[in-house]
Amino acid sequence: MALPAQKFEAADGLLARHAAPEAGAVWAVEARDAAAARLRAMGAPMRRDEYWKFTNPAALTIAATQAAVFAVDEEPIFDDIDRVKVVFVDGVLRRDLSDDLSLEGVEIETLGEALAKDIHWARDLFGVLEARGQDPVDRPMAALNTAVAGEGLVIRVTGKAPKPLSLIYVHENETSDAVLHHLVRLEEGADFTLLENGPAAARFNKVVEVDVADGAAFHHVRAQGRDHERKTATHMFARLGEESAYKSFTLTVNGVLTRNEQVIEFTGDNAAATVAGACAGDGDEFHHDDTVFVTHDAVNCESRQVFKKVLRNGAVGVFQGKILVQPDAQKTDGYQISQGLLLDDDSQFLAKPELEIYADDVACSHGSTCGGVDETAMFYLTSRGVPKPEAQDMLVLAFIDEAIQEIEDEALADDIRDLLAGWLSRHRA
Amino acid sequence: MLEIKNLHVKLEEEDKQILKGVDLTVEPGQVAAIMGPNGSGKSTLSYVLSGRDGYEVTDGAATLLGEDILELEPEERAAAGLFLAFQYPVEIPGVGNMTFLRTALNGQRKARGEEELSAADFLKLVREKAKALKIDADMLKRPVNVGFSGGEKKRNEILQMSVLEPKMCIMDETDSGLDVDAMKLVADGVNALRDAGRSFLVITHYQRLLDHIKPDVVHIMADGKIIKSGGPELALEVETNGYADILAEVA
Ligand SMILES: Nc1ncnc2c1ncn2[C@@H]1O[C@H](COP(=O)(O)OP(=O)(O)O)[C@@H](O)[C@H]1O
Ligand SMILES: [Mg+2]
Repeated sequence: MALPAQKFEAADGLLARHAAPEAGAVWAVEARDAAAARLRAMGAPMRRDEYWKFTNPAALTIAATQAAVFAVDEEPIFDDIDRVKVVFVDGVLRRDLSDDLSLEGVEIETLGEALAKDIHWARDLFGVLEARGQDPVDRPMAALNTAVAGEGLVIRVTGKAPKPLSLIYVHENETSDAVLHHLVRLEEGADFTLLENGPAAARFNKVVEVDVADGAAFHHVRAQGRDHERKTATHMFARLGEESAYKSFTLTVNGVLTRNEQVIEFTGDNAAATVAGACAGDGDEFHHDDTVFVTHDAVNCESRQVFKKVLRNGAVGVFQGKILVQPDAQKTDGYQISQGLLLDDDSQFLAKPELEIYADDVACSHGSTCGGVDETAMFYLTSRGVPKPEAQDMLVLAFIDEAIQEIEDEALADDIRDLLAGWLSRHRA
Repeated sequence: MLEIKNLHVKLEEEDKQILKGVDLTVEPGQVAAIMGPNGSGKSTLSYVLSGRDGYEVTDGAATLLGEDILELEPEERAAAGLFLAFQYPVEIPGVGNMTFLRTALNGQRKARGEEELSAADFLKLVREKAKALKIDADMLKRPVNVGFSGGEKKRNEILQMSVLEPKMCIMDETDSGLDVDAMKLVADGVNALRDAGRSFLVITHYQRLLDHIKPDVVHIMADGKIIKSGGPELALEVETNGYADILAEVA
């Protein structure tokens, strides 16, 4: 099918928008050129694209960054967690604000350092999973990211990391247009937790490519919050080896446009992946989109997608989730649930759950629901004297908790609960 | 304590009159029982008094300690001293029993301008009350009524009542689904709360609860009205003869 010429013009526009990154080694230049070529071939995302049916990408693709005011105070999160902190301000690493980039069992470099080396393991990962993730669905913002990203971390985990690496994304410039690209390679049997939080920039494009080798475990907890006007497109691409584990949870509050894509591929048998998320949106400016694609291409793997969205005052929540089971992926256990809780008639939850199964011995289930607060429960709580706003918060937190429970670490889960409870108390009807 | 005058209630959604002029007064310190055939409007009365949505008061009034309660929100009625032990206690997954009860208690105290109870004092209070009702720590930790047996749910209602110490306790068929031992526990819990400043409205089908919780007066409700009132002997009459005689008598 012929694509409209605007898509290609817009793709060139996207590439021109960002300053060229430092040249780097030959392989790095090639990887970037290939990504640019991918983007040019697929064109920029447009509203009429099937994959962007529920989310208008215009704010991500227009030339000028719309100004986004930023919150000056940093949200206290993960404060009580012993972690190595790395701070990016408007997408630029700030060593002066960060801890030493040293963590036992973990090698940490900057993307610039790694891409400048003629021989580096990153060659097998940079843009590689992103490119694999372009089939069967185009992810142009990710291709753009690989083509232009100059900042990010390159992380290799060889053992069990004693504490999480915590990436803090500070937003200080009203028109910043930031691009970050992280690479995470977990070697056999490694265990690593990545934390992320902060609004990052007025406009933010982030890609994380995660290669999880046999028997390794990757944990990811992310809190996207603070600034109301920020626009964000993020992608996580993961490849899972045998008996490996991948667990990702994202909390999103505020933000006029957030599109979080996760593309997970099982390549080794007996692995498990969970992608969970909770979002709370207030106001008709709020738009949040979770788009997940899980491909089972190995035997006896388990995948879970658990998404909860609480929406009020015209907020919009989107979930597009797919489980693809390839012919040889027998004994696949795929689970997917997405639920919207609408606190008024103006808000919307739009869901497109998909199963595509080519193996015969699989157990896959999916469900999607949307509704209001349970009036009977509300009456029970208030009839005992619980004030209405608190009763509603209790029910909202209970609703979301099923997603939060997917976080393995209790302290991290409690941090997310606190953050959400605080947000709810500030955003009452 | 509670004064209900000529209360007429219909369903909000459909044109169905359920209460057709209820007159009822509960004196301070009194235990009043309401008996009546299924569908006569007993639960509806309890819901309307506690402020559940879906009903429309078309006529009449209800006051608690002289205050008109029909215009109040459910949580305001609770703070004013009203409590309904539900016929069907609600399961609320994800909301902890203790969090719920503490928020309820402190919500009421705050509304009345009283000081909130500290976490430690609250814990002490609940443990003490729970023990008397044979509610174990595990039950307290679970989400509200989730996974509770019928009897456990009813005991949990009485626990909430004991902790919240309301002035006007309405109990809607708290005895249904209870075995003899559980009924004894519930009755003991209620009797422990009996006080000159506290009243009870006990809705029941059976004499057996009233053997344990001795009522001062018994009201018979049928087709949305109180059709007869009397002493405890009225409950015995119902027990032996059913409602047919009484209904015939007033018809
Ligand atoms: N929400 C409702 N919708 C439809 N009918 C109702 C509703 N609530 C009560 N009713 C009807 O009102 C009448 C009284 O019910 P209820 O108050 O539950 O009686 P009781 O508790 O005495 O058995 C019944 O006919 C019942 O079907
Ligand atoms: Mg009833």
